[in-house]
Amino acid sequence: MEIVVCVKQVPDTTEVKIDPVKNTLIREGVPSIVNPFDKIAVEVALQLKEKHGGRVRVISMGPPQAADALKECLAMGADEAVLVSDRAFGGADTLATAYALSTSIEKMGPVDLIICGKQAIDGDTAQVGPGIAENLGIPQITYAAKIEINGNMIKVDREHEDGYEIMEAPLPVMVTVVKSIAEPRFPTVKGTMKANRTQIPVWSAADINADEKRIGMPGSPTQVRRIFTPTQRSQGQLIQEESAQKSVAVLIQKLSDAKII
Amino acid sequence: MFELSEDQKMMQKVAHDFAEKEVAPGAEERDEHETFSRPLYDAMVGLGLSSICFPEQYGGADGDVLSYILAIEEISKADSGLGISLSATVSLCAWPIFAFGTEEQKMKYVKPLAEGAQMGAFGLTEPGAGTDAGSQQTVAVRDGDNYIINGSKIFITNGGEAEVYIVFAMTDKSKGVRGISAFILEKGMPGFTFGKKEHKMGIRSSQTMELIFQDVKVPAANLLGKEGEGFKIAMTTLDGGRIGVAAQALGIAQAAFDAAVKYSKERVQFGKPISANQAISFMLADMATKIDAARLLVYRAASFKDAHKPYSKEAAMAKLFASDIAMEVTTDAVQILGGYGYIREYPTERYMRDAKICQIYEGTNQAQRMVIGGAVLR
Repeated sequence: MEIVVCVKQVPDTTEVKIDPVKNTLIREGVPSIVNPFDKIAVEVALQLKEKHGGRVRVISMGPPQAADALKECLAMGADEAVLVSDRAFGGADTLATAYALSTSIEKMGPVDLIICGKQAIDGDTAQVGPGIAENLGIPQITYAAKIEINGNMIKVDREHEDGYEIMEAPLPVMVTVVKSIAEPRFPTVKGTMKANRTQIPVWSAADINADEKRIGMPGSPTQVRRIFTPTQRSQGQLIQEESAQKSVAVLIQKLSDAKII
Repeated sequence: MFELSEDQKMMQKVAHDFAEKEVAPGAEERDEHETFSRPLYDAMVGLGLSSICFPEQYGGADGDVLSYILAIEEISKADSGLGISLSATVSLCAWPIFAFGTEEQKMKYVKPLAEGAQMGAFGLTEPGAGTDAGSQQTVAVRDGDNYIINGSKIFITNGGEAEVYIVFAMTDKSKGVRGISAFILEKGMPGFTFGKKEHKMGIRSSQTMELIFQDVKVPAANLLGKEGEGFKIAMTTLDGGRIGVAAQALGIAQAAFDAAVKYSKERVQFGKPISANQAISFMLADMATKIDAARLLVYRAASFKDAHKPYSKEAAMAKLFASDIAMEVTTDAVQILGGYGYIREYPTERYMRDAKICQIYEGTNQAQRMVIGGAVLR
């Protein structure tokens, strides 16, 4: 089984302080870590490899120091790592990042499974994984709490607030994983020594034949106006009558009672 | 010397992450109930922390002594009882077999110890032979292809838990210290039993037991080094062990300092954090300076060992200074936390209790001064 895990190096948010004047994160002096959800993704990949055989490769787009994050994944037991790094990638939003990563994954050859953490703890967008799947034209299953592989099929328990949705899809598939799926293992001493002696290949924009209009600043249409935590929505109401027609009738009645329609 | 290599930094991180996530959470409880946790120990060596400084052919990771010392320091920050358990296995048991053993002994004993399959211990101290290690009462008598060992050892770290023991015994009383020999014993050898478990002031998460030998038949193949080399082996082993104790003391001091800094920033009295008082910030400044000075001595001793330079004096200085400042720093940390420092809800009183043993074992600090004095007056 060919598994690729996408990882991001992020500031350790437990150590981040906020600039009281500018309201931005003070990143100086903050240690960098592997995004915790991505570490879980690596663990899931390693467990699948242990069960089904194959190879686990990790990929990251970021500055040269993001190689440290990849080394940590190698120390955990990943077989190979690729760093996608180029000044031209700088300022990428989730669209440009997903493009650069999916283009790189195409260069890696046939892949059965792409695993990402459900989101990065710095941006919290949860968009890059799905973006990669879209670019590659493969199915995506987000928020996986359990993964089973049977031949060419993947079965995933998808985590919801109030239960699980069980989904199946033919490989290749992009999956994002949640915290409850696995506890990431600790890197071992021997794995660490080996990782430290591994030269991690660095792919530039030219190496992956990237369209320069789709990477970095030019490829990033996102403009952040404001960042806020949305207020919690109250619980929805499930209308479940004997038939769909009756349910719709009840819904229309409720909506018109509320003067929405 | 002042900058750790990439390998060393990564090794430090392996130990740090494990210590923070797995060791720290139960440290208070293990201290309270005096429990040594074998599963936790096994998880630690499962990551390879006992393998760091041995070559690959003996199950090692081909790293250096300094990396191993960094691991002891990190583990000891979270639980110094576990730190000394690791040090006893690696520095006091696996290392002398690696340094003085035959190829056969290394394959049979160093490999499982380095790989983490077994745990080690070191039996030198007797009720009447502490600093005066030469006055051993345990005897070994040659009997054909075996030695018959009789006697006992006290205060043995990892006693009862370890599978492999380095035991010192008199093979020729007429020769004094030159009549002492070292043997490799295995748990379960007939006649080899364990006495009482000690109840200690600190490092209560490590197990300390008495070893009892009643006509224990040890194959002559388990003689470590030659007959009469035991004292030399013991002293050389302790030189290395002291770097481990020094790293343990350093870890304890650092943990106490970190706790004091955190508390002093949070604790508000007279409308401001107590860290805003010079009385407190000067204490913290002194504590930080002492810790850094100790750290340099400890890392230097490890670097000397890595460079195959003589390190007996350097190890004694590191152990002496790091354990003395650990006692001072932990006492000051308790002082900064005041009443909260004295109660068991905060870890500072544990650090203070744990620090004390570092001034005593693997050679009292008075014995360290004998070593240092001897070296400077030579």
